[in-house]
Amino acid sequence: MGATHLPSTEFDGTDMDDQLEAEAEAQLGAPPEPMVQLLGPDGSLGSDPVFSKYAEKLDPDALRGFYADMAKIRRFDVEATALQRQGQLALWVPLTGQEAAQIGSGRASQPQDYIFPTYREHGVALTRNVDLAELLRQFRGVSNGGWNPKDTNFHLYTLVLAAQTPHAVGYAMGIQRDQKLAAANAVDGGEPGQPEEPKAAVMVYFGDGASSEGDVHESMVFASSYQAPVVFFCQNNHWAISVPSSVQTRIPLANRAKGYGFPGIRVDGNDVIAVHAVTEWALEQAREGNGPVLIEAFTYRVGAHTTADDPTKYRGSDEESLWRAKDPLDRLEKYLRAEGLADDAFFEQVRADGDELAAYVRKTTHDLETPDIRTAFANTYVEAHPLVAEELAWFEEYSAGFADEETPAPAPATEARSAAAEPEITEAAN
Amino acid sequence: MTTMTIAKAINEGLRATLTNNPRALLMGEDIGALGGVYRVTDGLIADFGADRVVDTPLAESGIIGTAIGLSLRGYQPVCEIQFDGFVFPGFNQITTQLAKMHSRSNGNLTVPVVIRIPYGGGIGSIEHHSESPEALFAHTAGLRIITPSNPHDAYWMIQQAVDCQDPVIVFEPKRRYWLKGEVDTQTPGASADPFKAHVLREGTDATVVVYGPLVPVALAAAEAAAEDGHSVEVIDLRSISPIDFDTVTASVQKTGRLIVAHEAPTFGGIGGEIAARISERAFHSLEAPVIRVGGFHMPYPVAKVEEDYLPDIDRILEALDRALAY
Ligand SMILES: Cc1ncc(C[n+]2csc(CCOP(=O)(O)OP(=O)(O)O)c2C)c(N)n1
Repeated sequence: MGATHLPSTEFDGTDMDDQLEAEAEAQLGAPPEPMVQLLGPDGSLGSDPVFSKYAEKLDPDALRGFYADMAKIRRFDVEATALQRQGQLALWVPLTGQEAAQIGSGRASQPQDYIFPTYREHGVALTRNVDLAELLRQFRGVSNGGWNPKDTNFHLYTLVLAAQTPHAVGYAMGIQRDQKLAAANAVDGGEPGQPEEPKAAVMVYFGDGASSEGDVHESMVFASSYQAPVVFFCQNNHWAISVPSSVQTRIPLANRAKGYGFPGIRVDGNDVIAVHAVTEWALEQAREGNGPVLIEAFTYRVGAHTTADDPTKYRGSDEESLWRAKDPLDRLEKYLRAEGLADDAFFEQVRADGDELAAYVRKTTHDLETPDIRTAFANTYVEAHPLVAEELAWFEEYSAGFADEETPAPAPATEARSAAAEPEITEAAN
Repeated sequence: MTTMTIAKAINEGLRATLTNNPRALLMGEDIGALGGVYRVTDGLIADFGADRVVDTPLAESGIIGTAIGLSLRGYQPVCEIQFDGFVFPGFNQITTQLAKMHSRSNGNLTVPVVIRIPYGGGIGSIEHHSESPEALFAHTAGLRIITPSNPHDAYWMIQQAVDCQDPVIVFEPKRRYWLKGEVDTQTPGASADPFKAHVLREGTDATVVVYGPLVPVALAAAEAAAEDGHSVEVIDLRSISPIDFDTVTASVQKTGRLIVAHEAPTFGGIGGEIAARISERAFHSLEAPVIRVGGFHMPYPVAKVEEDYLPDIDRILEALDRALAY
């Protein structure tokens, strides 16, 4: 039975596919390129009919800033890996290779935007001014979060793959409602002279592996149905632990967006300028009410999945070298030097800043305070809860039982006893 | 005071919430024009519009996950899950995300999402439409679970659930949706605290603890027992997490015997939790072991035999006989 025999009510008279393509073209100004790239591996700047204009807005300071950020976060990554090796962290999730994808996209966001990361977005965290030492709390086992997302609009890491994607869409739906309410208030007279709230969007990160999770699908359906202001940012780093991206998808991931009815763009994820341009465009689309965008940053996780992983078991070193030749830092350095935008002194300074950050992180990690387990009692529920109160009372009594003994009490009890008996302490107060 | 069904009471409770709380919104499958498969949200979209009564795509994880996101933005979503057996695609979001967001953010974030789930059997339905999965959620710290058994509670509890800053699951006894009763919409009275159990009938020989759909069954059993000369106290638990153990303990200290009945399978269920706690709290008051009455360890059976599965008056009376025999 051919398609012509299929009765269709919802698409009557229109060819949905063509229509979507036309819409995408209208928004993009041209059919999407297979992969957007501006800065090539050799450090030369190419052009793109849509995105070059975003790149042109970048002044030398911004470009040097990209480099400094990427170098900083790479240095941080090396330090955190070392800390893990020395037993100071339970686990580390390295980002080396993905600096451009993260710095480029993070720097394209604005303070009013809200970001939902997964667990490898240390570079994005840097762009959102999260204290990188706080980022290590989770990996050191002193917190399941570590920072207050309200301070930076950078949400907590999420370890259940893709679980954050619907949260992002819901948050974006909330932004939509806020804007409607604000508009209604303005019509009602509102408060005169109040500056208009800047328009906001949401960006959510996930990997090529996570793209197979049902939550990504459901999120894209919701985002599309409600035209939510959300940018899906998929870092296709080619490997989900040991499984290659070809097992997750047979088509470029960016192409999936079309099936949901919004634009999808594949961008060279090792090209910080292109990533920035594409993300800026996508966030603008979202903020302006044009609905969601999917960005697939085509990149590579150069190191291990985590410090518990052994990539030699599943991939060859030739593949790694191939990608090292596309290194995001090298290519920007080449460009900056060739254009006379940065000299040895600049790169020296960047190195020194990196070492300083590393020293700070090393010192702060050692000093990260182990919380009192009472904070866990205090934070399980917002409102008073009899079971929690009962178990806390038992714990207090049990701990107090060790007070008179000469032999040292078990570790948690000792710490609990020595800490102030304030059940409502939260880590944020530290 | 007005008389209404439980379904209508929840509808009115939601209406009051939407009226009083501009940040509240409803989300779910078919809850708009249709008014939900049980018509609990009937008419609300007409009065509050599609932004406040949201017909969602057919995706439970998406519903709960986006509700979490909305709540992070300051909204208070009330999600409807169409039937008990269909909450499981959303189980991940409820247990790994919703329940833990407050604690893993060290208290910085709150996610006051409400999830309404019509639950329980006795309506002759097909599979996945008659289950009682409350224990699966009660085991997860960070969630609160309540279940009304009468219209007055239903009217107030749904509003209290939305007001609560913790995530709350409201299990609605679907076979009692059409149970009528008086509702005082002016004041909650004794229903002011949704997490407190109610002693519905005083007695001296044994205590029967129930909740949701089994409340009328337990009251009828107590009535029958009275004809045999046994004085049975009946407690409507109302809240499954937390459980009001103080009220149960006080009752057992008076009666010396405890029977817990629920539709969910007894193994690993709420009844076992109550039995254990009461044996810890009131061991010396007990004159018989705590006896559980509940479903069997099997998938909810086909409708034609559900009467053999569901605890009824006789099953509760049999348990009472056993308790009294000690
Ligand atoms: C729901 C779920 N299943 C399995 C895991 C274990 N796990 C952690 S990372 C990972 C691979 C993820 O790959 P991808 O999404 O491509 O992201 P990447 O780590 O490469 O950035 C797996 C299977 C998990 N965290 N969550």
